[in-house]
Amino acid sequence: MNISTFGVDKTMTLTDAVRTYVLPGSTVSLEGFTHAIPTAAGHEIIRQGITGLTLVRMTADIVVDQMLAAGCIDTLVSSFVGNSSAGSLGEIRRRIERSDPAPLTFVEYSHHGLVCRYIAGAKRLPFYPIRSYFGSDLPSVNDELRVVNSPFPLEDGSVERVYVVPPINPDVTVIHAQRADRAGNVQMWGLTGVQAEAVFAARHAIVTVEEIVDDEVVRSDPNRTIIPSHAIDAVVEVPMGAHPSFAQGYYDRDNEFYRAWAGISAEPARLRAWLQEWVYDLTDHQEYVAQLGGETRERLRVGTAPSVPVDYGTRIPR
Amino acid sequence: MTHVETAAADVVAASLEETMTVAAARALAGKHRVFAGIGMPTLAVALAQNTVARDIEVIYESGVCGAHPSELPATIADAVLITGSEAVLSMPALFGYVLQAGRIDVGFLGAAQIDRFGNLNSSVIGDWAHPRKRLPGSGGALEVLANAREVFVVMRRHTPAAFVDRLDFCTSAGPERVLAAGGRPFGLGVTKVFTGFGTLSRSVPGEELELTELHRGVDPDDVVAATGWPLRVASDLQTIEPPTTAELDLLRNEIDPKRVYLR
Repeated sequence: MNISTFGVDKTMTLTDAVRTYVLPGSTVSLEGFTHAIPTAAGHEIIRQGITGLTLVRMTADIVVDQMLAAGCIDTLVSSFVGNSSAGSLGEIRRRIERSDPAPLTFVEYSHHGLVCRYIAGAKRLPFYPIRSYFGSDLPSVNDELRVVNSPFPLEDGSVERVYVVPPINPDVTVIHAQRADRAGNVQMWGLTGVQAEAVFAARHAIVTVEEIVDDEVVRSDPNRTIIPSHAIDAVVEVPMGAHPSFAQGYYDRDNEFYRAWAGISAEPARLRAWLQEWVYDLTDHQEYVAQLGGETRERLRVGTAPSVPVDYGTRIPR
Repeated sequence: MTHVETAAADVVAASLEETMTVAAARALAGKHRVFAGIGMPTLAVALAQNTVARDIEVIYESGVCGAHPSELPATIADAVLITGSEAVLSMPALFGYVLQAGRIDVGFLGAAQIDRFGNLNSSVIGDWAHPRKRLPGSGGALEVLANAREVFVVMRRHTPAAFVDRLDFCTSAGPERVLAAGGRPFGLGVTKVFTGFGTLSRSVPGEELELTELHRGVDPDDVVAATGWPLRVASDLQTIEPPTTAELDLLRNEIDPKRVYLR
């Protein structure tokens, strides 16, 4: 039987995808909750010297610290600015605590608040209600957190007040996943976070993947597809594109690097030298992976734990 | 490291961390769905699953429900939590359908500052706009305190800088503040605080946290002096029963044999 390909081939190089869709001064979302962080794409944004960005990311961690140090970000929208118990993020702290070397506009949320912003964005709603924020000081520093009266009275007839958050519609969302076909049907397993909502909310979307697979691989397990190709503009094959974070079933998290980052980022000169050695001096992520070396790759290698395949069934011709 | 005596002479004395872990695990008796952080809460849940609460389902902020890791996780999103778990949920499902819908019995949180009603600061030391120290922020802590049935807080360092009369910034609000701001509180807020000196507790909103349990050998006056508000001491102040040989054996040989968290 012939396998027909209906989808357009959206495969690109990372250089071209970033040049085409990540424009100076735009709003960019990078998502991936500890798992599958689109680090390679962040590095390409740094390499191309793209500046003036409003960066949206729930967990602003190492890649955000690097993009801040490279001068890419003017405004950060985030609900967690930490390095997962592995020490501080030096650049973020310098920017916020001392405006060093420049002030940073920081728009602070909680995790569910940002999740709701993506949901509102994906559904093209004017706002989204959330049962958070009463009593917190966050609304006093973020005027996007607002209260409305529910139009539906409670059982006792009283009016319920509820916080709402505005939608977020990034100019481009970038995510990393295990695999996709050439048209951009994205398949993930393990932690899928808020990636689908962040992509559906965006005007454009780039997905970097560990591997681009044949159409029939995707079609053998369509429930594994978390984002259909119509929501994706560019598909880029970038093996180990999430390092130092991990890709479930492909490689583990580089906890040594997470711990090392506190020291690297503590001194601006050392951080600049790191960017030079690991981003500016390299052409692309393939060179980054080569520079990591076989020892690091072996340290991050994982064993297998395959799932039992499901049976989708076929209609028996009668 | 501080050590406290154990009843069993043939066992190496329990460390403070081990005693705190055991105290937290015992407090999980009768609980079912527990939202755990990394470190001591994960150890306490694992110990409770082997002792006082065998059917606890452990849920992580990353979206993992019913984790059965092959070794202790390094983060709340560690790959070992995914492999072999019962379910992995998206963020909208985890925060919306599980947490906000009130399905969590106990949430574990840490913080840089806590006040007498269990309101928590994990955002800044100093002024928010020009902080002396920028901390990670809420993450999901604000939602955990607002939506879990009750919250256990772990704060190893019991000092006046951490146990404050007034928070520098209220990241996560307990039910008293929710109500005062015009919201409808859902849970009980913070009911237990496990510290290096002992345990602070309260049972219902409106009550202040009071000192209810001490680690062996700790003087209650020292705890009061290390607290930034006039800490009340319970009339029936107890001493935490030292870890049993069985509890220590589970912690050291079954749950954390590689000493990932136990030092």
